[in-house]
Amino acid sequence: MNFPVLSIITFTPMVAAAIMLLLPANRKNETRAVALAAATFALILSFWVYFSYDQSAGGYQFIETYNWLPALGIALKFGVDGMSTPLVLLTGVVMFTGVLISWGDDNPHIMAGIQDRPREFFAFLFILAAGVFGVFVSLDLFMLFFFYEIAVFPMYLLIAIWGWVQTREYAAMKLTLYLFVGSVVSLVGVLAMFWVQYQNTGVLSFDMLLMEKAGFSQTFQDIWFLPVFLGFAVLGGIWPFHNWSPDGHVAAPTAVSMFHAGVLMKLGAFAALRVGIMLLPEGAKTWSWLIMLFAGVAVVYGAYIAFVQKDLKYMIGFSSVSHMGLVMLGFSTLNEDGILGAGVQMFSHGVMTALFFAITGMIYDRSHTRQIPELGGMVKVMPFATVGFIVGGLVSMGMPGFSGFVAEFPIFMGVWGVQWLVAVIASISIVITAAYIMRNIRQVFFGEMPEKLQGHMTDVTVLDKVAITTLCLFMIVIGLFPSFMVPMVETGVKYILQLLGGA
Amino acid sequence: MFTSTAFASILPEILILILGIVLLVVEPFWKEEQRRNAGWLTAGGLFAAMVISFLFGQPGEPVTTLGGMVRFDWLGFFFKMLFMFAGAATALLLMDNEKVGSRGEAYLLLLASLIGMNLMAVSADLVMLYLAIETTSIPLYVLSGFMLGDSKSTEAGFKYLLFGALTSTIMLYGFSLLFGFSGTTDLYQLAGALGNLSLVGAFGVLGLVLVGLAFKASAVPFHFWAPDVYEGSPTPVAGFLSTASKAAGFAVVLRLFFAIFPDTTIDLARGWAIALSILAAVTMTVGNLLALPQTNLKRLIAYSSVSHAGYALIGVVAFTQLGAASVVFYLAAYIATNLLAFGIIMAFSRITGLEDLKDYSGMSRRNPALALMMLAAFLSLAGMPPFGGFVAKVFVFAAGIQAGYVWLVIVGIINSILGVYYYLNAMKYVYLYRMPEQDEENHPIPLTRPYAIALAVLVIGVILIGTVFAPWFSWADAAALNLF
Repeated sequence: MNFPVLSIITFTPMVAAAIMLLLPANRKNETRAVALAAATFALILSFWVYFSYDQSAGGYQFIETYNWLPALGIALKFGVDGMSTPLVLLTGVVMFTGVLISWGDDNPHIMAGIQDRPREFFAFLFILAAGVFGVFVSLDLFMLFFFYEIAVFPMYLLIAIWGWVQTREYAAMKLTLYLFVGSVVSLVGVLAMFWVQYQNTGVLSFDMLLMEKAGFSQTFQDIWFLPVFLGFAVLGGIWPFHNWSPDGHVAAPTAVSMFHAGVLMKLGAFAALRVGIMLLPEGAKTWSWLIMLFAGVAVVYGAYIAFVQKDLKYMIGFSSVSHMGLVMLGFSTLNEDGILGAGVQMFSHGVMTALFFAITGMIYDRSHTRQIPELGGMVKVMPFATVGFIVGGLVSMGMPGFSGFVAEFPIFMGVWGVQWLVAVIASISIVITAAYIMRNIRQVFFGEMPEKLQGHMTDVTVLDKVAITTLCLFMIVIGLFPSFMVPMVETGVKYILQLLGGA
Repeated sequence: MFTSTAFASILPEILILILGIVLLVVEPFWKEEQRRNAGWLTAGGLFAAMVISFLFGQPGEPVTTLGGMVRFDWLGFFFKMLFMFAGAATALLLMDNEKVGSRGEAYLLLLASLIGMNLMAVSADLVMLYLAIETTSIPLYVLSGFMLGDSKSTEAGFKYLLFGALTSTIMLYGFSLLFGFSGTTDLYQLAGALGNLSLVGAFGVLGLVLVGLAFKASAVPFHFWAPDVYEGSPTPVAGFLSTASKAAGFAVVLRLFFAIFPDTTIDLARGWAIALSILAAVTMTVGNLLALPQTNLKRLIAYSSVSHAGYALIGVVAFTQLGAASVVFYLAAYIATNLLAFGIIMAFSRITGLEDLKDYSGMSRRNPALALMMLAAFLSLAGMPPFGGFVAKVFVFAAGIQAGYVWLVIVGIINSILGVYYYLNAMKYVYLYRMPEQDEENHPIPLTRPYAIALAVLVIGVILIGTVFAPWFSWADAAALNLF
């Protein structure tokens, strides 16, 4: 593969951010145009990667290698497999829709989108996006870590500057510290792996494909699996380290919530899988019971907490914890069904939550409240958004015909294969989810519109509709034609199973 | 004895001396309002000296020249380049400092102390080393108290002088004991003599020497001077003190201890590594804990620079080639970053006259570019990519883990978390809060040309070190190789 498509995808947002920062501050529309152009370009390229990935061959494709620091075996090595290709596409989709949602509207009554310093906003958002792309495509552990940290710090600024006034400082700092603690704990593990590999093989390299064959001893894997896995899983919102996540969602501006729930949490889950499970498979076998326990609690507990929330964003935030718990639950099975389901769930949950947060943002921009009891009758003013929310709700409940079913069914099958009791308990969450989603749809979108909202509610903009349509399409296509994604993820799962079996 | 190698080994110092003489001759003929051009001359001259030294003064195999006084190797050369870079940046930042910039003596003192630092990096003999340290320190005492009539500056100069004199006397006593026990002042022959000493005796003597170096590097418990001196000195001088002067201390620490302990498996070396590791842990922790409650930005950076000495010490403790290389790399990244931070403080306080954290409210609206540079500097200090601080920290930690100091790395990591908190807290004022009247557009912060140039070069440097790190690391590695 000569065309360096993965590095172009990764560095497009970075370059766009630099261009935007060089534009004068008052050129708001030019800034937005650059952002949209870059996001579209990245989306097209990630589609191209998705469709030209050779599923029959499997393994890592589009590999690019540039020696970066040979003295320590650091290389800029990019490549994608069946697990990461959908996530690259997901990032492209969320980035594209996130820009549309943040476009802003000149109507002073709406206050939608980003009006205050859009140049800095889009630049920080795109640096974040570059970090996310980088993690999904990196095959070099050092570079993975490098991009991982790049994805963490813009969150602080994005939330603290453009977030919800009441909690943004607290939430932004909490989120940053949680994620930073998680990542540095993993860093110690990563460095330990690096040196032990050097001792075992005599090769000084951060290349993960080599590290898979490093022959880490059972004791070493048992000791370091937990710090590495949990360190990354903090970003995946694993219970009991999930607390930062709903607070962050609530405080973040719409596009950042979409990014946060849509792709950042996947980043944590993906890195936990890629570094924790794939490089330390024996450690994963030792500790899978604990991960399953944590994830099982997250699934049920998250759903229950979501059920009792009055704030729309908190509700979605906790439902994210619950759904990401399903991803972790899938990982913890270490079998084909479970990991396959987790892979699809990462994509499905990404688009679904992005959609939820987008629509919540649209409602909040117009009504200035997110309290569920204070809302109502939205279907009359924004029918399009209502349909979108219902589609998202059906995905969330795991209805057949939507992507949620395609993802959750294999997870539960996988869990049943390992420990049927956990599957039974975790499935309670489906009932709770259905309950709060239905209740929410009835209250917010149907029913009577409260008096004080009447008159100044307006329909969503055209750009918003484009974003909603894009996100809904993915959920329906995967639901109706699982072959769009399942075989792709299967190739990735096959590789992981080899590592688990062969090690 | 004065061969071409000997000439090359002190070429940068000769060039700096010539520059100083030119400055001394030319400056009195300038009119009052032209005097600040001495900054252009100094910075340009130092840049030229760097280029010339790079072309004609590169070391080959390590040799000792000038009667055993000077070691000519990559370690010294790399540090010299760093010092001269820092000196050039400081000269630019000094130019528009109201009370200092238009006085030629300031630049001359800067150059004098640069000569001392350069010699510190290459000294191979105790006598030479002591002379170099004093040559570095005395001009800096004067510079930190340069703002006559400003009581804080006077206090800073005096405090620095007292602390410096005390610690260097203790170090001199250590040197004399070293000479007494070994009968030689040559660093590279001390190792054998120390072997004959009892463990306690050797520890005590080295401890005395360390006092002086720890003062230079502002390691705990010899850090007390740092916040007061940084706060009182002219800001660019504080920046110079916290970067080049600190790095010079590390250059000596590296050369001295690696020369004394060629074999790191002996008891003395092991014990020494443990002592240094405790010093590193305490330095990091104390620096960061004291930085947390600061409300003055200069004091905050002062304490944070104490903690950075602790991180860099992790690499020294490792006592490996990677460890030494990581220290050199760390210092390079740190010099660029901290100079940038001080440059921003200078640019800001020149217009506003204020230095407290709360005065930075709304800064991102008053000058977005300056705010972005501050973001880069602070994120680099906090150890976030794509800035130099991240890679530097990872290398130091990697060296620590390789040498088996996992506990020390964990202490370092806990400290980084503290660091992230207070650095981001400072950025909160810049980006989030607003001025009381919310009229930032009426209070712009214009940058003069010297600032624009210096800050742009530094910010590009910080990003380059953090992204394209291979060339820097291979130089640092070549420097470290000379220690073995």
